[in-house]
Amino acid sequence: MQTTAIPAIESDAAIEIVRLNKWYGTFHVLRDIDLTVRRGERIVIAGPSGSGKSTLIRCINRLEEHQSGKIIVDGTELTHDLKNIDKVRSEVGMVFQHFNLFPHLTILENCTLAPIWVRKVPRREAEETAMHFLEKVRIPDQAHKYPGQLSGGQQQRVAIARALCMRPRIMLFDEPTSALDPEMIKEVLDTMIALAEEGMTMICVTHEMGFAQAVAHRVIFMDQGQIVEQNTPVEFFNNPQSERSRLFLSQILGH
Amino acid sequence: MSDTHSETVAFMRETMLPPQPPPLAQSGAIRWLRENLFSGPLNIALTLVGLGIVWLLVGAVGPWLTHSVWNAGSMAECRQIVAETWGQGATGACFALVKHRWNQFLFGFYPQALYWRPVLAFGLLFLALAPLLFSESARARRVVLGLALVLTLVVSAVLDAPGPALAGMAVAMLGWAALVEARPRPALLASLVYPFAAAWLLWGGSLWTEAMALAGFAMGFVVWRGLARFGLFAFALAVVAAAAWWLLLAGPLAAALAGVLPLRLQPVSSDQFGGFVLSITIGVAGIALSLPLGVILALARRSDLPVIKVLAVMFIEFIRGVPLITLLFVASLLLNYFLPPGTNFDVILRVIIMVTLFAAAYMAEVIRGGLAGLPKGQYEAADALGLDYWKAQRLIILPQALKISIPGIVSTFIGMFKDTTLVVFVGLYDPLKAMSDTIRASFEWKGAYWEPYIFVGAIFFVLCFGMSRYSMYLERRLKHDHR
Repeated sequence: MQTTAIPAIESDAAIEIVRLNKWYGTFHVLRDIDLTVRRGERIVIAGPSGSGKSTLIRCINRLEEHQSGKIIVDGTELTHDLKNIDKVRSEVGMVFQHFNLFPHLTILENCTLAPIWVRKVPRREAEETAMHFLEKVRIPDQAHKYPGQLSGGQQQRVAIARALCMRPRIMLFDEPTSALDPEMIKEVLDTMIALAEEGMTMICVTHEMGFAQAVAHRVIFMDQGQIVEQNTPVEFFNNPQSERSRLFLSQILGH
Repeated sequence: MSDTHSETVAFMRETMLPPQPPPLAQSGAIRWLRENLFSGPLNIALTLVGLGIVWLLVGAVGPWLTHSVWNAGSMAECRQIVAETWGQGATGACFALVKHRWNQFLFGFYPQALYWRPVLAFGLLFLALAPLLFSESARARRVVLGLALVLTLVVSAVLDAPGPALAGMAVAMLGWAALVEARPRPALLASLVYPFAAAWLLWGGSLWTEAMALAGFAMGFVVWRGLARFGLFAFALAVVAAAAWWLLLAGPLAAALAGVLPLRLQPVSSDQFGGFVLSITIGVAGIALSLPLGVILALARRSDLPVIKVLAVMFIEFIRGVPLITLLFVASLLLNYFLPPGTNFDVILRVIIMVTLFAAAYMAEVIRGGLAGLPKGQYEAADALGLDYWKAQRLIILPQALKISIPGIVSTFIGMFKDTTLVVFVGLYDPLKAMSDTIRASFEWKGAYWEPYIFVGAIFFVLCFGMSRYSMYLERRLKHDHR
């Protein structure tokens, strides 16, 4: 299932990032990032730790503030305007490395909270949507349990369902499988692959190179806060251009 | 080493072991004693020293308690009875004092014929709290409602409440309890009205005074909700509207309504309050007000807006840096110099305000600890879902932060409730010092030292221990993480 053709039909970009720069104190974490993500495009961002890949996707829903450059998500530019930030956040779903489910709420409440309070969806309807997505991630029977009663893989699938309940147009994944036991990685990746097949715009920070080969249109390789290389997965894995990506690939695939 | 697999490295289990029951717990009193009290030389020594201390204490206090006298008219009579029964030089407690003067410890100088009013206010407190504190456990809630209802009626009847008052009480309490059970949401509104009803019961006078005060809050709320889309501006306007109502309209309107429909109870002035009526009035008001104020201060201290943050830090650090007694003096003495002459600002109200501010500063720090204890991911998840600041705080952050802070919050409550005895320094009759001194000042009970303190201490213990047990119940009920 190699879908490497980039959808070219839609002209407008889902995300446009222009000359993005960010510093933590004096440390320059993101340097002149330029990136355009088309609708329906699936991007995997890879790179060594500390390369700024998580920071980059956290800038896209303003969990991190950038200092210069432009980020335009679905036609809305991220500035200090809180209205714009809330608008972007309700359009962009995010899945975290450590799930970040709300432990004091049941699985169902986790999934209905934001639709009810942000989107003003009636409770009944929100619960139906939540059950729909919980079925999709194959854990509808856990709906009335609390997150603490679920395994890591189940929690991460709930986190995906929770993000989907807001009916986002873009999904961001920040190392979604890094905190999981090896046995649970597959169940989460399968859920993400199913999502990809439906045409969701996805940006995924991950070290799962098999996943990248299976679903990504484009692989972006970052190092020291810069985009070092971007290419189709086939090209990137078989014929890496830069010395740095060759080294990285040899380290993560070489054993 | 077993020899079955010794010749080969590869190992494959052919049958899985079935689970077995755990070994029986080894119990028995002697075993327990040996393990816990006599496990080694040091432990044995400590056990013996401990037993010695207990023996000395019981030897000193035991006879005094067992020789106690419950029927006597004065200290002298008590001493005579002890001497006659147990011989010259024997000591004995004189709890006859408690039997004679219990009402002053509980009610201060509240008119004796009106004792049922504070009792009713206290009973209604549990009806008001039941839907808040026992929202999830129907059984606990029904027990609390039933006990409050029955005890209030029985105690009021014993205290000679007039027949019509008893009948009215029974109807009102039954109605309210039914409302709590049948329609929990409207019952929360009734809980909001409770403070005003309690104030009317305690101080008496015209019902319209309290009703107009409540109407001011209601109007402020309506203005705020009506203009909610203007944010802080709506809030400011609501405050102005309520203030204008209280200052300009509430007084004349209350008088006019009282003319049309006089709903009056015999007024009781603040200087007639005393004993536990005073302590519980100040304590409950302080607890109810300091928690929301503490939450606001804690959020303000963590705010990104420098002005708000600095104001919160200044307030919290100032209050925490000053003894409560200083604040009470300010409330009772200095405030009068600054207020326009002739202003009659009730002394209990002033004390409640100071106690609330004092407790709120501590509360803010306790809650700030809870807020800091939450993982950053919770804030990020709330942000990423598009919840705005207030919704994130209300739905995600505060429920978890308050849960973590329950032990600290309840400690602050308990501390504050006991601190209400400090009002003795501004001339109010707290149960511990002022009331005991007053009773000892009488000719009959001169020389009674331990008995009043033991009685008052026991009541404080019951109330504080109750709060502590409730906090443990709440922690158990809110435990969802199963880790």
